[in-house]
Amino acid sequence: MTAALELRDVAQHFGQLKAVDGVSFSVAAGARHAVIGPNGAGKSTLFALIAGTRAATAGAVMLDGEDVSGVPEHRRATLGIVRTFQHSSLFLASTVLENVLLAAQRHAGLSWSMLRPLSRRAALLDGAHDLLQRVGLDERHGARAGALSHGERRQLEVAVALACRPRVLLLDEPAAGMSPAETARFSRLVTELPAEVTVLLVEHDLDVVFGLADTVTVLHLGRHLLTGSPTEVQASSEVQTAYLGAVDSSELFPEAPT
Amino acid sequence: MLSWLDGNLVSMVDGVAYGLLLFTLAVGLSLVFGMMDVLNLAHGTLYLAGAYVAYALSDGSWLGLLVALLVGIGVGVAGGGLLAALTQPLAARGHLDQALLTLGIAFIAADVLVAVFGAQVLPTAPPDGLTGRTSMLGHSYPVYRLAFIGIAGALALLVYALFERSSIGALVRATVADRDMVRATGVDTRKVLFGVFAFGAALATVGGVLGAPILAPGPGVDETVLVLSLVVVVVGGLGSVPGALLGALLIGQVQTLGVAVLPTYAPFLLFGAMLVVLAWRPDGLVSLVRRG
Amino acid sequence: MSPVLVRAVVRRLVGAAVLVVLLALPWLVNAYAISTVSRILVFAALAISVNLLTGVTGLPTLGQSAYFGVGAYTGAIVSTTLSDVGPVQLVLAAGAGALAAAVTGPVAMRARGVAFLMITLAIGEIAYVAAGRLDAVTYGTDGYSGVPAVVPLPGIAPLVIDGLVYYYVLAVFLLLYGLVALLLRSPFGLALRGIRDNEDRLRAVGYPTTAFALAAYCIAGALAGAAGSMWTSAQRFVAPGDLGFDVAALALLAVIIGGLGSMWGASVGAALVVLTRDYLGGYVAGHGLLLLGVLFVVVVYAMPRGLSGVRRPRRTSEVRA
Repeated sequence: MTAALELRDVAQHFGQLKAVDGVSFSVAAGARHAVIGPNGAGKSTLFALIAGTRAATAGAVMLDGEDVSGVPEHRRATLGIVRTFQHSSLFLASTVLENVLLAAQRHAGLSWSMLRPLSRRAALLDGAHDLLQRVGLDERHGARAGALSHGERRQLEVAVALACRPRVLLLDEPAAGMSPAETARFSRLVTELPAEVTVLLVEHDLDVVFGLADTVTVLHLGRHLLTGSPTEVQASSEVQTAYLGAVDSSELFPEAPT
Repeated sequence: MLSWLDGNLVSMVDGVAYGLLLFTLAVGLSLVFGMMDVLNLAHGTLYLAGAYVAYALSDGSWLGLLVALLVGIGVGVAGGGLLAALTQPLAARGHLDQALLTLGIAFIAADVLVAVFGAQVLPTAPPDGLTGRTSMLGHSYPVYRLAFIGIAGALALLVYALFERSSIGALVRATVADRDMVRATGVDTRKVLFGVFAFGAALATVGGVLGAPILAPGPGVDETVLVLSLVVVVVGGLGSVPGALLGALLIGQVQTLGVAVLPTYAPFLLFGAMLVVLAWRPDGLVSLVRRG
Repeated sequence: MSPVLVRAVVRRLVGAAVLVVLLALPWLVNAYAISTVSRILVFAALAISVNLLTGVTGLPTLGQSAYFGVGAYTGAIVSTTLSDVGPVQLVLAAGAGALAAAVTGPVAMRARGVAFLMITLAIGEIAYVAAGRLDAVTYGTDGYSGVPAVVPLPGIAPLVIDGLVYYYVLAVFLLLYGLVALLLRSPFGLALRGIRDNEDRLRAVGYPTTAFALAAYCIAGALAGAAGSMWTSAQRFVAPGDLGFDVAALALLAVIIGGLGSMWGASVGAALVVLTRDYLGGYVAGHGLLLLGVLFVVVVYAMPRGLSGVRRPRRTSEVRA
C-alpha cells in the first residue's frame, strides 16, 4: 500500500540556517501520525513545506505516490492536503458560519458562482452547520470570528480545515491554549474522523500526542531522528538525549502534567 | 544606427535631465513608503512649491538662486515635517486613510497655490550665466539643462552615497527591510521616519527649485510629476535608492525618447515600461522589502 | 418581532420610499436638477464599481476612471458608428471596460494595499493622458461630440428630454445595483470578502486568490465601463476631463464616505460628493479643489467608518442562516 504522504529528503535552507535538513518519512493512509521535537526542531517549517506555503529547497513531497513538490499551495489544498495554523488564522471580520462556508464552497466547486445567493444553497449551509455542530460551535455560527475566545478559534480552525474535505489533515499545535475540556473534545473529534482521513499533527501537549497518535516522528535540529510507535519513541534513549541532553526520562516531557 | 543616435541625441540627453529630476522626487516617496507604508500623494505638491519658490525668488542672479534654494529647503523640511506629523496619528487606522489624507492636503495646496500664483504656467528663467544655448556634438542645446544634469547628477550621487555608505543610510535600509527588527533593537523608528520624510520632501522642493526652468510651475504639474514618480517607484522597487535612480533614468528616457520616436503612443509606453519591468521583476528593479 | 426582522422591514420600506421618490422626481424638480440627479446616478454606478474593489475585496483603487473613460468613449463610438440603441452601447462599453481591466489588471495585481493604490493611480492618469492624445479615436482635448440621443429599446423614439433620459439612466442603475447585490450574496462575493479579510488563509483553503482578485478587477472594470456608457447617454459628449484624476478621487471618496463595503453607502456618498461639488461649489466659485481637499481631510479624521458605520458597527455578514 502506498503511503498517503511521503517525504523524501525534504529540506529548507534559509541561507546558512538549515531549518529542515533532509527529512524523510512516510505517513500511512488513515494514520494518526504525530510529529514532535524540541523547539527549533523544524516542525512548523516542515508543515509549511508539506502544505506548500513555502517551496522546499530540495527533496520531494509525495501525495498518494504522486510528486506534488511543484504544486502551489492552493492546488495542494484542492488535492486534499489541508492545514490548520499554529497561530489561529481565520477570517476575523466574517462570521463563524462564513468561515466554514468559504472552505466548503471551494471544495463543492461553487466558489466561482456569482448569481445564486449563498443563503439559497441549502446543501452547502446544512453541511457547514453539521461541521460546526461537530466541533461544538454551531450556536455561535452568527458571531464574528474575531469575537471568539481563543479555544473557540482553535475549534473553528479545525472546522474550516474539515470543510476542505482533507485527505491529509495537517494540524499545527491544535491543542495550544485549549482548556482541558476543549482538549478532550478535540481529541474525541480527531478520533471520530473517518478512517480514510490521514492526520498528521504537530503538538506540544504530549498527553494529546500519546493519546491520539499511532505513529510518532521525532525531529531534532531540522533532522529526522526516529519514527515509530509511541512506545518505541518513549523508550528511545536517543530521543531523551535529543530533548534535554539528559537521561532522566521524567524531564523528557516537561509540559506533560504529572 | 549612428545616424539614429545622432538624430535622437537631444531627446536622450533631455531624458537624462528628466530622469534626474524625477529621481529627486522619487527618493522621498520611495523611502517613506518603504519604511512605513505611507503613500504621500502630496509629494508632487512639494515639487510644485519648490518651482514656485524659484519663480518668485530667482532674479537671474546667482544669489537669487541660492536664496531660492535655501527657502526651498526650508519649505521642504517644514512641509515634510507637517505631513509626517499629520499622518502619524492615523498610523493605527491604516495606510489607506494616510494616503487619502495626503491626497486631501494635495488638493488644498493646489488650490492655494493657484490662488497665490494664478492659473497660468509661469516660465522661470535660470541664472543669467546659464541662459542661452551651446553646441553639443553638433546640436544646439540649452546650457541650463547641461548644468542641471551636472548638479542633479552630483546630488544623486550624494544621496546614493548617503544611503548606501553612511550609518544613517544603513539604519534606513534596515528599517525598510524589517522595521520590527529595527524597532526591537531600541531605535525610535518614528524619529527616523520624520527625518526621512523631511529629507525626502526637501529633496523634492530642491528638485522643484532647480527644475523650474525645465518644467515650469503651473496647475497640474504637481499631478504630472506625482504620477511619474509613482511609476518610477513601482518600476525601481519600493524603498530602494539605487532602484529609484535606475527607475528614474528609465522613465526619463521613456518620457522623452519615447515621445520623440512614438509621439501618439507615449502614454502607453509609460504603462508598457511598467508592465515589462514588473513581468520581469515583480518587486521592481531593485528590491529591499522582504515579502512576508 | 426580532430586531433583525425589524431592521429588514425598515430597510425594505426605506428602499421602496427612495424608489418612489426617484420615479416621481421628474415631476417634482426642474430640468437642471434632474440632469444633476442623472449625473449622481452615473457617479453612484462608478462608486459601486470602486466599492467592489476597495470596500469588498480590499483593493484600494484610484484607477477606475480609466475604465469609466473606456466605457464612455466606447459608448460614444458605438452610438455614432453602429447603433443608437442604449443597451447595445451599454453591453459593448461594459465589455470594453472589462477587456481594458483584463489587460491592465495583471500589473496592478502584483501589489496589494497602498501599493495597489499607487499602480491604479498611474493607470488612471495614463488613460487620462491617452484620451487627450489619441485624436483619431477620441478627438483629443476637443472632446467627442455629436453623440445621438439614446434609444432605450429598438422601436422606441430617441430620448431627447432630460426627464426621459433620466429614466433610462435610472433603469440602468437599478439593473447594475441589483446585479452587484446578487454578486455580493453569492459564493463568489463571499470569496472576495475573504480576500480582504485574510488572503493568505484563503489561499491555504484552496483559492487561487490572485485569479479571484483579477476577476473582481475585470467585473469592476465592466461596471465602470457601463457607468461610462450611462455618462455618454446622459451628456451626449465625452472629453478627457471626464476621466480625470478628480473623478477617480471623488469616486473613492464617495466609497469612503459611504463606508467601505456598503453599496447603498457608496450610492449616498456619490450623491453627497456630486451635490457638494455642483451646488456648494457654486458658492466658492473656482475653489472646487479646495472644497474637495477639505472634504477628504474631514472625512478621514471625522468619519473613519463612513455613513454606513455611523449607525452601527460595520456589517460584514451578508449570509443569514
